[in-house]
Formats: sequence, structure tokens, C-alpha cells
Amino acid sequence: MDNESTYSGYSYKSSHSRSSRKHRERRDRHRSKNRDGSIRGEKSVVIQAPGESLLDADSPREDDRDDNWGETTTVVTGTSVDSISNEDLTQLSKDSEDSSALECRRYISPALGAILGFVSLITPLAFLALPQLLWRDSLDPCGTPCEGLYISLAFKLLILLISTWALFLRPPRATLPRFFVFRCLLLALVFLFVASYWLFYGVRVLEPRETDYRGIVGYAASLVDALLFIQYLALVLLEVRHLQPAFSLKVVRSTDGVSRFYNVGHLSIQRAAVWVLDQYYSDFPVYNPALLNLPKSILTKKMSAFKVYNLGEDNSTNNSTGQSRAMIAAAARRRDNSHNEYYYEEAEVERKVRKRKARLVVAVEEAFTHIKRHQQEDAVISSPKHPREVMDPREAAQAIFAPMARAMQKYLRATRQQTYHSMESIISHLQFCITHNMTPKAFLERYLVPGPTLQYLDSNRGRQWTLVSEEPVTASLRQGHVFSLKRLDLSLIVTATPLPFLHIAEEFIDPKSHKFVMKLQSETSV
Amino acid sequence: MSFVPGQPVTAVVERVEIQKLRQGENLILGFSIGGGIDQDPGQNPFSEDKSDKGIYVTRISPKGPADLAGLKIGDKIMQVNGWDMTMVTHDQARKKLTKKREDVVRLLVTRKSLEEAVKQSKGCYHKP
Repeated sequence: MDNESTYSGYSYKSSHSRSSRKHRERRDRHRSKNRDGSIRGEKSVVIQAPGESLLDADSPREDDRDDNWGETTTVVTGTSVDSISNEDLTQLSKDSEDSSALECRRYISPALGAILGFVSLITPLAFLALPQLLWRDSLDPCGTPCEGLYISLAFKLLILLISTWALFLRPPRATLPRFFVFRCLLLALVFLFVASYWLFYGVRVLEPRETDYRGIVGYAASLVDALLFIQYLALVLLEVRHLQPAFSLKVVRSTDGVSRFYNVGHLSIQRAAVWVLDQYYSDFPVYNPALLNLPKSILTKKMSAFKVYNLGEDNSTNNSTGQSRAMIAAAARRRDNSHNEYYYEEAEVERKVRKRKARLVVAVEEAFTHIKRHQQEDAVISSPKHPREVMDPREAAQAIFAPMARAMQKYLRATRQQTYHSMESIISHLQFCITHNMTPKAFLERYLVPGPTLQYLDSNRGRQWTLVSEEPVTASLRQGHVFSLKRLDLSLIVTATPLPFLHIAEEFIDPKSHKFVMKLQSETSV
Repeated sequence: MSFVPGQPVTAVVERVEIQKLRQGENLILGFSIGGGIDQDPGQNPFSEDKSDKGIYVTRISPKGPADLAGLKIGDKIMQVNGWDMTMVTHDQARKKLTKKREDVVRLLVTRKSLEEAVKQSKGCYHKP
């Protein structure tokens, strides 16, 4: 079930064809069944056991979505940007909403965008057609200049169509919590624009039955020109403005401290969040909850060092703080050997992993030598007594999997990756590698290094993230903004710093000025 | 022995008088010099200030005339027979030392231990 609906696909000037619009609305309806969860809902979840928590631990939630609807400081999760853009057009703030209205609102805005687009496409044609239909007899005859205008009109409409298809009819990739300011602005602009043109047309042309047909055609052509300019404005605001890098975002994963730096342009916080998540899925190594920081043996030993007995005093608050302070002080004074154990344990684990890796590599290399690609010419040469069985890749993979299975399993257990790779997945990966003539090392690359998160996703489930921020999420990024993206088991903390302003000075070096001397150091005896 | 170009140099010097020894056709003094304004001062192992381009004694042949006269390795030569040695090229220094007509060279040399000795003696004097 796809949880990720629109990012910016539903624009004001979207499709011109009704059928694709209907198809998308049908998909919307389908999608709306799977609502995103709420913050409160997430907080009540117990942390799952390490073995089970794969990446897609977020199941779609269908309850509690309206509890946090009215929060203004932290942002509520996933309703689509389209539904809130409609809200923006009608009223600016609505504190509580029941679910039925939410669902309706999801369709209203893409529908609105579609209608607006359709209307703006039809309008020039209507401007041309209406006088012809209504008062054809009294129109001035209009010869070559009109035909020239017809041609230019046709081509401009064609260009408008193609560029709208290219820019705005892309499948949406994310659901944002608040409306997208620029898009709403542009929708409003188009609406005002078309409305004012129609107003003028109605008052000045339809009423008095204007006979100057050339003027009317010129008017329609100017409308199309203006639509092209609005599309240019949309292109600049939505696509181009954020291309020049202005901020450096540091993204740190809270569970294991993996961090990356990215350069982005001027984006609002929610758009930056989507961008960061895109990069997260392909850059960050997969989060393995089984790889804890300190082995349990060391932690528990540290904890159980002190036993403090509370002999039933009434004034418990003061004593508890006094006790804890005493405990901490005593623990600090006591000689702490746990770092020693940690060091040796880590060395031991590393040695074990390296040994198993060596065994695995050898086993895989040997296994790969058992098969080779069957050439068509060999078929004649092979002797009738020992006919070589010709296998397809799947069977070949299964045949050579057996000798390496044990080594592979032991290695995966040592690196705690066994939950990510089932036997089925290993065999299909082996089949893939055999088909493409890969070496054993290429086959092993997937298991020796923890890959990016994207590699372990199944593509049919949506990803649910919560954006937590102190500033309103439609605000532009500024220096020192911190926001975080939470999921059930981990969160990403993002800090924004502006990129430094660069003073680049020029220095000219004459190529003839490169000269050298020997460094002298002579010693003379006298 | 810090050295600021353009400013007068102050140093505690020792007067060393070396008699040249005749060895065949040559008059030798029995030591080697290094340094000079045309040389690289950074490679001088004896100088404190690595931008000092003065003439330094780099080697002394044992039992030679210089050794007998009390010249020590690492000394900086300030004057030879009245000629200044702080701002000369290596070759000029060599020439001033190996004049065939002179039998005796009177050097003014300075070294770190001289300054310290003077400071110590001054200090002892000033103590109540």
C-alpha cells in the first residue's frame, strides 16, 4: 500500500487530459485508506526485540490521526499537501476536523488544480469560439493576420501542453504535513488571472457583441502568452530556486551516530526534510539494532555494583537525590575496569568476524569454480558417456549454494546480519551474479559491507516519518535551525548551517617566473 | 646572539690568536668554516638563530694550530685581523683567513658560553 502520495505532482496546471486525472484520483482514493500515524500513537509503541525489527517496522496506522490535528508547534503527520492547500484557500486555520472531511479534502485540491488547468487551457479556445458561435454574421472578416495569430496560438498551446506534462505531471513522492507555499501562491495567481481575463471578456466582448474579431484573437493570444510566463514563474519558483546550494545540512542518526553532510539550496523545512530522506535511503548504511554499543555483559556488571537500601524514611525526595549522588560519587571513586573488558571483547569479536570472513571467501571462491558458462559449441564435443547436464541459472545457483551455505550462515551470524538475508534472497542474488558473469568478490560485496538502507526496502510499502520542528515547517531554512525526522525505532537530527561566503581573490603568476636556485652549504678548511 | 639586520650587533667576544703552520707550500690554520651571506643559513647546525648568515667554525683538526690556540667548534667568527666577518660571502671569508703574507690571524670569536659566563659573573656581582 503506497503511503507516499503527493510531493509536488499535483500542481495548478496539471493534466490536460481528463482520463489521466481520473486515474490519479482513483489512486488517491485508494491511498487515502492508509493514513499516516500520529505522534501520540508512536509514543505508545514498545521497542521491539532486535531480531524482529527490520527496516519496515512501521505499519500503516488508521487510528488517532485527528488527535494531533490542532498542534501548531510540532507538526502533525501526513495529510497530503493538497488537502491543506485547499484549506488554505478556504480558511487559514482549522483546529479540529473529523475524518470524513479529511478524506474529502484530499480530492478537492487535486481536483481544483485539474479544473483550473483545464479551464485555463480551454479559455483561449473559448474566447475564439464564442463570437463565432453567437454572432458570426456581424463579425468583421479577418484574413491573413488572424490566420497568423491562429498558428502562433496553436503552437503556444502545444508548447504549454508539453511543458506542463514535463514539469508537473510527475508521480508524487511524498506527503507533506503543511501546504506548499509556492504552489498555493501560483494556484491563486492562475485563478485570479483567468478570472480577470474572463471578467474583462464578459464585460467588454460578450455584452456589447464586439465585432473586431482580430482584437479578440489578439486577446486570446495574449492570454496564452501570459500563461506561458506564469509557467516560467512556476519553473523558477518550484524547480530552479533551490538548485544553488546555500546551506549545509548535517544529518545524524540518533541510534548509532552515523552522520552525513549535504548541501541544499533555499528550501522550506518540509521540502528539505523530503530531500534529506531521499539521500538517507541511498547514503546511510542500514540500521542494525543488533549491533549495540557495549556488550550486555559489561553493562550489567557495571550496574550491579551497588545496592542501596532505603530504610523507610518519610522524607524520600531529599534522600533519594542524596543517595543517588552518593552512589555516583562512590562509583566514580571505585576503580573501573569495564573499559578493559570492552577492549578485549571488541578485539575478540573482530577476530572472530575476520576468521569467518576468510572461511566464507574461500568457500565462495571454491563454489564458483564448480560451474562455468556453457558455450553452444561445447555441445558437440561433450562425450556421450558423461553428458553434462545443462542447467538454467536458478538450478546452477542452487547447486553451488550448498557448499557455501554453512560458511555464509556463520558469517552472517557473526556480523548479526542474519535477519536481513534469507536463504531465498541469497540464492536469488547468487543466480543474479551467475547470470551476469560476476566474480565471487562481486557476489560477496553485498554481504561484507552493510549496504544503504534502500537495498533492504521492499518497494511496495510506504515509509512513514514524523517531522518534529520548533519552527513552522513552511519557514525557510535559516542558520541554526534544527529539526528531526522520527520513525518508530530511530530518528534523524538535522542541523542547518549556511555555507560560508567566499572571497575569491586573483593572483597572476607569470609562467616565466618559475626559477630555482641550489641551496648552498659549503665548508672550506683553512 | 640574535641578529637584526641594520642594527648594530652586540656580542661578548674572545680574542683568539692563531699562528699559521707551514705545511709544504701552504699555511694552514687547522679548522674549517661554514656559512656566509651566499649560503643557506637553515642548514647551519651551530647557529642558534637559523637566519644567521655569519661564519661559523665547523670542524677543528685536533692538535692543529686552531686547537692549540683555543678555538672551539661552533664558534662564530666576528672579525679576522680587523676585517668584519658577519656580512661576507663564504669565499671572502676564506680569502681573509688564508692570506699568504700573514703568519698570524687574530680572530674575535663569540659563543654562547661566553655570554652566559658574563651574565653569571654580573649576577654574582649584583647579588647582595
